[in-house]
Order: sequence, then C-alpha cells, then structure tokens
Amino acid sequence: MSSENVRFTDFKSDKQPTWCPGCGDFGTMNGMMKGLAETGNSPDDTFVVAGIGCSGKIGTYMRSYALHGVHGRALPVGTGAKLANPDLEVMVAGGDGDGYSIGAGHFVHAVRRNVDITYVVMDNRIYGLTKGQASPTSRPDFETSTSPDGPKQPPVNPLALAMAAGGSFIAQSFSSDALRHQEIVQEAIEHDGFSLVNTFSPCVTFNDVDTYDYFRDSLVDLSEDDDYDRHDYDQAKDAILDADKEYMGVLYQDEDSTPYHEAHGVTENMSEIPDGAPDGATDLVREFY
Amino acid sequence: MHDDLNWAIGGEAGDGIASTGKIFAQALSRAGRHVFTSKDFASRIRGGYTAYKVRTSVDQVQSVVDRLDILIALTERTVDENLDELHENSVVIYDGDRTEFSDFEAPGEVTGLDVPLKDLAEDAGGAIMRNIVALGAVCAVADFPIENLDESLEKRFGGKGESIVENNKQAARLGAEYVEENYDDEGPRYSLETTDEDYVLLNGDEAIGMGAIAAGCRFYAGYPITPATDVMEYLTGRIEQFGGHVVQAEDELAAINMALGAARAGARSMTATSGPGIDLMAETFGLVATSETPLVVANVMRSGPSTGMPTKQEQGDLNMMLKGGHGEIPRFVVAPTSVAECFHKTVEAFNLAEKYQLPVYLTADLSMAVTERTYPPEEFDMDEVEIDRGKLVDEDDISTWQNEKDQFKPHAVTADGISPRAVPGTEGGVHMSTGLEHDELGRRTEDTDVRVEQVDKRYQKVDTAREREDFDYREFGDSDADNLVISWGSNEGTLVEALGYLDEDDPDVRVVSVPYIFPRPDLTEEVEAADQVVVVEANATGQFADVIEHDVLERVDRINKYDGVDFKADELAGEITETLA
Repeated sequence: MSSENVRFTDFKSDKQPTWCPGCGDFGTMNGMMKGLAETGNSPDDTFVVAGIGCSGKIGTYMRSYALHGVHGRALPVGTGAKLANPDLEVMVAGGDGDGYSIGAGHFVHAVRRNVDITYVVMDNRIYGLTKGQASPTSRPDFETSTSPDGPKQPPVNPLALAMAAGGSFIAQSFSSDALRHQEIVQEAIEHDGFSLVNTFSPCVTFNDVDTYDYFRDSLVDLSEDDDYDRHDYDQAKDAILDADKEYMGVLYQDEDSTPYHEAHGVTENMSEIPDGAPDGATDLVREFY
Repeated sequence: MHDDLNWAIGGEAGDGIASTGKIFAQALSRAGRHVFTSKDFASRIRGGYTAYKVRTSVDQVQSVVDRLDILIALTERTVDENLDELHENSVVIYDGDRTEFSDFEAPGEVTGLDVPLKDLAEDAGGAIMRNIVALGAVCAVADFPIENLDESLEKRFGGKGESIVENNKQAARLGAEYVEENYDDEGPRYSLETTDEDYVLLNGDEAIGMGAIAAGCRFYAGYPITPATDVMEYLTGRIEQFGGHVVQAEDELAAINMALGAARAGARSMTATSGPGIDLMAETFGLVATSETPLVVANVMRSGPSTGMPTKQEQGDLNMMLKGGHGEIPRFVVAPTSVAECFHKTVEAFNLAEKYQLPVYLTADLSMAVTERTYPPEEFDMDEVEIDRGKLVDEDDISTWQNEKDQFKPHAVTADGISPRAVPGTEGGVHMSTGLEHDELGRRTEDTDVRVEQVDKRYQKVDTAREREDFDYREFGDSDADNLVISWGSNEGTLVEALGYLDEDDPDVRVVSVPYIFPRPDLTEEVEAADQVVVVEANATGQFADVIEHDVLERVDRINKYDGVDFKADELAGEITETLA
C-alpha cells in the first residue's frame, strides 16, 4: 500500500472499543493512529504489540499487523519483530502494570538495548481490568481493594528508570491533550532508537485521584518553556526527578545515540530465505575437520 | 567391537583439561579414527576435579565404557577418581615433580610413567604447555605418529602466532622423546592405527546450531544456561554470516518472546534453554501455540528438579514438554537420538513448525549435547536440506483468504486444520493474533461454537501431521526378537553398543529408538508382539514408559467439554447413557 494515501482512519479497525466511556485510552490510541499515519506508515508495514490489561485490547481496535501477547512481555516481542524485519514500524503499547510491574525487567533492558521501536505506556495509575487495585505508579496513600490504607511505597518513576538505563528518547504526554499527544508520538516514531512515551490515560471508573482535571491542572508543558533544552541531560534529570511538578513533552532526547541496528549491523529482512540450506553452509561442516 | 582405546586427562578446573582433550580428539579424528568424547565433572569428592575422556576406534564409537587404558593424571585425585576403570594394562602418565603419588597403590600392574611435564614444557618455551608434553608422551605410549597432533595444534593455537604453534609442536615431541628414551625397554603399550578417512568432530549443541543455520534460522534469542549455552555460542559469530542475529536476552521470558516476535515477523526463529528456562517459557509457549506461530524451542535437558545437578545427565523434562503449561495446546516434541540426528532433526523441526504453525520442542540431553563425536562429513550434506515453509501466503494469493470485507483470516478453519500465514509487510494480510480465544480473524471471542471450532482446528493439525509425516522409529538388534527394549534420546548409541555385550545365552533383544515423542509412532503392535517390554530412560519415574503404557491401554472412554460452559446435569446424564450404550 502506498503510504502517501494513508489516513489515520486506515489504522482503525471495525471493532468498537469496549473501554469504559470516557476512558483515556481512546485519546491515547487516536494519537497513535494519527502519529503512524502522519509519519508515512501504512497498516501493512506496521506491527503493534500489546500485553495484558485494558491497554492490551488496543491491537483489536487498531488495524495493522498486531500481536496481543502475554502479560508484561510486549517489549521483547516488539524487539524480536523489529530485529527480524527492520522495515516494519513497530509500536508497543502497554499499561503501567504491564510495563512497570510484571514487565519492569524488560522495560529497563529494552531501554538499554535502544532498538528502534516506540513504546507508548497508557499510565492510569491503577489496575483497571481487574477492577481497581494499586499499580506501580499509584500514589502511596491511594486506597484500593488490595491496599485499604494505600500501598505505602513510593510510585515507580518510569522516566527516571528510563534515564538511568541510558534512554535516548524519554517523553510524557496526556491523552486528553490530543494535539500534543499526537506530536509527541510522532516525534517518538521518528526518533532513531528506543522511544518511551508515558501517556497519562485516566481511568474514569476506578481512579478518582489521577483524573482528567488533575492532569489538566498540574501538567507543565515543556514545549511552552523556551529555556528548556531536551538535549540537556542535567536539565532533563532535574525535571524527571522533580518531586513537585509533573511535565509533559519530550523531556530528554539524545539524537546521537547509537540504535541497536547500527551497533549490531542488523538491517536485513530475515523473513526471506532460500529453498535449501543457505550458500556457504557447507563451510560450517568443514570447520569441524 | 572392543578394539578401542580409552584415554583421559584429568586435573583441576583451570588446568586446560577440556582444550587438551579436544586437541587429542581432533588429532585422532584427523588421523581417520572415530572418536567419542565425554566430560567428567566432580562426582565422589567435592571440588574442582574435571576430566575429558576420549574413546577411539577405527570403527564407529557411540558410547563411553567403564575402562581406561591411558590416563594423564595432573593430580593425585585424578587417579583416585578413576581407580575403578584402571586395569592391569593401563598406563598413567604423571609429573612426579608436581604430584606425589606416595599412596598411588596401583591396582594390578598399572604402569605409572613419571614424565617431567613442567620441565620439558619450559624447555619448549613455557610451563603452560605441560599438557601438550603429556599428549606427546601419549603418542609414544600409543604408537601414534606425533605428526598427527600438528594439525590440531595449528587449529588450536594458529591465532596466537606461528611461534606459539611451533613451541607446542616441540613440547609434544619432547614428551614423546622422553618416554621413548626413558621407558624404551617396555616399548609402546598400545597401537593406534590410522586410516585415510576424513571425519568431522562435533557435539550435539553444535549440531543443533549448524542445523538451525542450514534450516534458514536467522534469529536466535537466548539466556545462558548449562548445558544449552553452546548452541548460542555456536550461532554467535556464525549466524551473522547468513544474515541472522543472536540476542542475549535479559531472561528466558524475554528470550522466547523475542523469538516469538521474530517469528511473527516471518523469520525462522529459535531459542534454546534447559529445564529451568523451559519452566519460565511455559506461559509464552502457550501463546505461541494459540497464536499458531512457528517456533523451535530447543531444550537441552540436565538433571532437575529446580537447580538440580546442572552438569549432569537426565531425561526428566518429558512430562513438562508433553503436558506443561495451563490449558491445552498442540505442540510437537522431537528428540534426536545422536549427535548427527541433532542436525537432521533441527532442520526437520523448523519445517514442522512452519508446516503446522505451532511450537516444536527440540530436545537433546546433556550427554549428547556436550559429547563430541566423529562422522564422515557427508553425514551433514547441505544439498539434502529442504525447506518447507508451509502455507505462507504472499500478495498474489491473499485474496483467497480474505472475508467479504477483505479481512485476512489467519486462523481460517480448514480441512487440514492449517490456516494461511501472512507476515507483516504482506499487502492485504493485516491481522491481529492473540492469546485470547479468537475467531478466524484473530479477534477475541467467547462464542461457544467458535471456541470449539478453533480448539478442534488446532488439534486437527496433529492428525494432519500424523497422516502426512513419517514419524517412524529407528530399529537395532534382532527384529524378530522376543523382547523389546524402547529408548529415546541419547541412549540409542549406548544401547546399540550394549547389544554387542550380550552373549548367545542372554535374552534376544529388539531395540526401538524413538526420535518423535509427539506425534509419535504407534508402538501398539510392537509392544503386544513382545514377551517383555523394557523402556530405558535417564529419569526416576519412567516418563516415556508411562507414555508407551498410555498408548497401549484402551480402557477408558472420555466425555469432554471445552466450550467454556459448565457441565449440566441433564446434559451429562444423556452423554453418559450414550457413551455406555
């Protein structure tokens, strides 16, 4: 399919989402679809991976090649797909539970590896699909069915985790700010390396603290700050570790980082193979003389 | 049969035991002798004892035996560890300057040859070459022309420069000369005949790796684990030459999911691990099967459970591979029976995975994985390798598999259970796949009819494979014998050699070696025709024996329900009545 004629609705499936009315995931997904279309991708060449949770359903509602995998392992699947066929646009979607709890180990290593994929985390600071338990990004005093007095532990700071792991593109967006979210996703797609977009995607059913109003009132948009330089590591570090404010925008980008495919020379589409053993295979036997 | 020589070198870990053993094994192989090697780790005493054993003959050798003819003992303990295997004609080579054999009470007439390994090595250029001096001494004892060592020394040390190679050659010669000069009255104790044959020498892990490349595997993700790491190390640096890549994942969960991602993208993809890793991979293995993704998972078994005995042999994972994981999924289990079969069955595993779009366990066991064995190179004929990618569809025939809304059906219900497969990048093939139960389009469903249809479709692939493939067994011994001995995995070679030890007075035996565990050959007739049936396997409970008994027993009828709806009393009453009628 010629990517010139692709519209964002081409990335939309005919399946109606079963997310709760008003769920932040609608806006998050729309921005992903628009970002993919705007960057010249087509559904035929796009591979979307999702894990488990409300976020995991996204592959059903989008139209592209997709795998809805097991809980917490979406990043390794995306990594394998991208390395096997670098021509694919690989987008991994997940929630805060999928990415920062059960999949936290993979998250850190995916950041380190710097494979050229985009990771959009629909962060609603709650476990929605299982009807309201604390997530790794829940506030310490957030009362839930499994934490009646709050989890009493600091939330994970995913942006700091990414920075500590050597992240080359660290961003945060808000599903309700459709234009900014889409712009940030687009930049993430265009970044040559691993891109994290932590997207606040409010749960209207189970989270009455981290609401649309909360994010609308509290988020500071870095694009409006002329003094903020996303390439400045120290400035980014301060913003990411700021205990008083939460930011929206691309907090850090290292455009000189070496993406995995360059570091390892992985550039070929591996799906095509000959009808017999590859040329030169007999040399492998000779090695054993 | 017994015209073989059994040799070993033993010492502490770090003494260069394995590399010295490999040099000797290669020299024998290059001299046209068959070789079978094994590695021996600490057994009776805790600590760093390690040994490398070589059995060699001009005929095929495919097992270890309990006899040692020549032993290089770098430590006293090496002798202790091997006392049972020494006999009156055994020769022990040791360095009296390093090792006090004060309590070396040799059994019978074992000959101890004190050779100043370290001093002679220093004469040749460095003490580090003392093992090579010992190899030279072995050449003298075994009447094996010293020149035969040269090529393997070049292979081992070529990268370090010519002078290193020359020093090693000199070290070997000094060892041989010392024995000839100081113990010449006794002459060589053994004679290692050479032939004009050219053999290759490799182990099971290497054969799996080579088979994977031959089969077009281009993506490997793995996490290091004994004894499967050799597969990953083999592929690293080689698969890249064929446009492939190896990823060292952060854990086995990541490894199988990366391999799955690559397979979804259309690459022939694999991971290899051992028991603990197989356990970790179980959840994703179910996803691979449910999403109908072709994937080869090599399980190089070691002794379990839990961390078990990581460097010891066992065939204990059969139940896990056949039944492991929640829910019910079709999976194939292929178990090569020799080092060469590790190559052939790996190629076949990739074809099976793609033809039937499911995960294939390719299982070797530790002794086969780390055992080096010689073969004529023709055994690994790359021209014989055939690739069958099954129902992989391209743009041209994609419309055949679309519904009226031009949506591709990756889980289309077909007579043979096999659906078309379109990989990303294929125009018109856009689809999702999921671990949720799904319809033909790959979309979540809880519709009872669709659920049953998809389960049946997935299992239909097993029946189709049974019809189309030749899942046969390998047979040895007397095919008309009254007694049947059944084996799987690496026991085959040992059993074949064991037949040679049976006398006329012993029971007659037919050996059936089964490389296909699931789907497997139907052994009902063979079992029923035999007076006695014995299953040989390296585990405590007889996991394959259970399988054989299961196949032969037909006593139980079944009522099954798997549409997600509870049994209902009236419905069940009807079904029971019908079944018992």
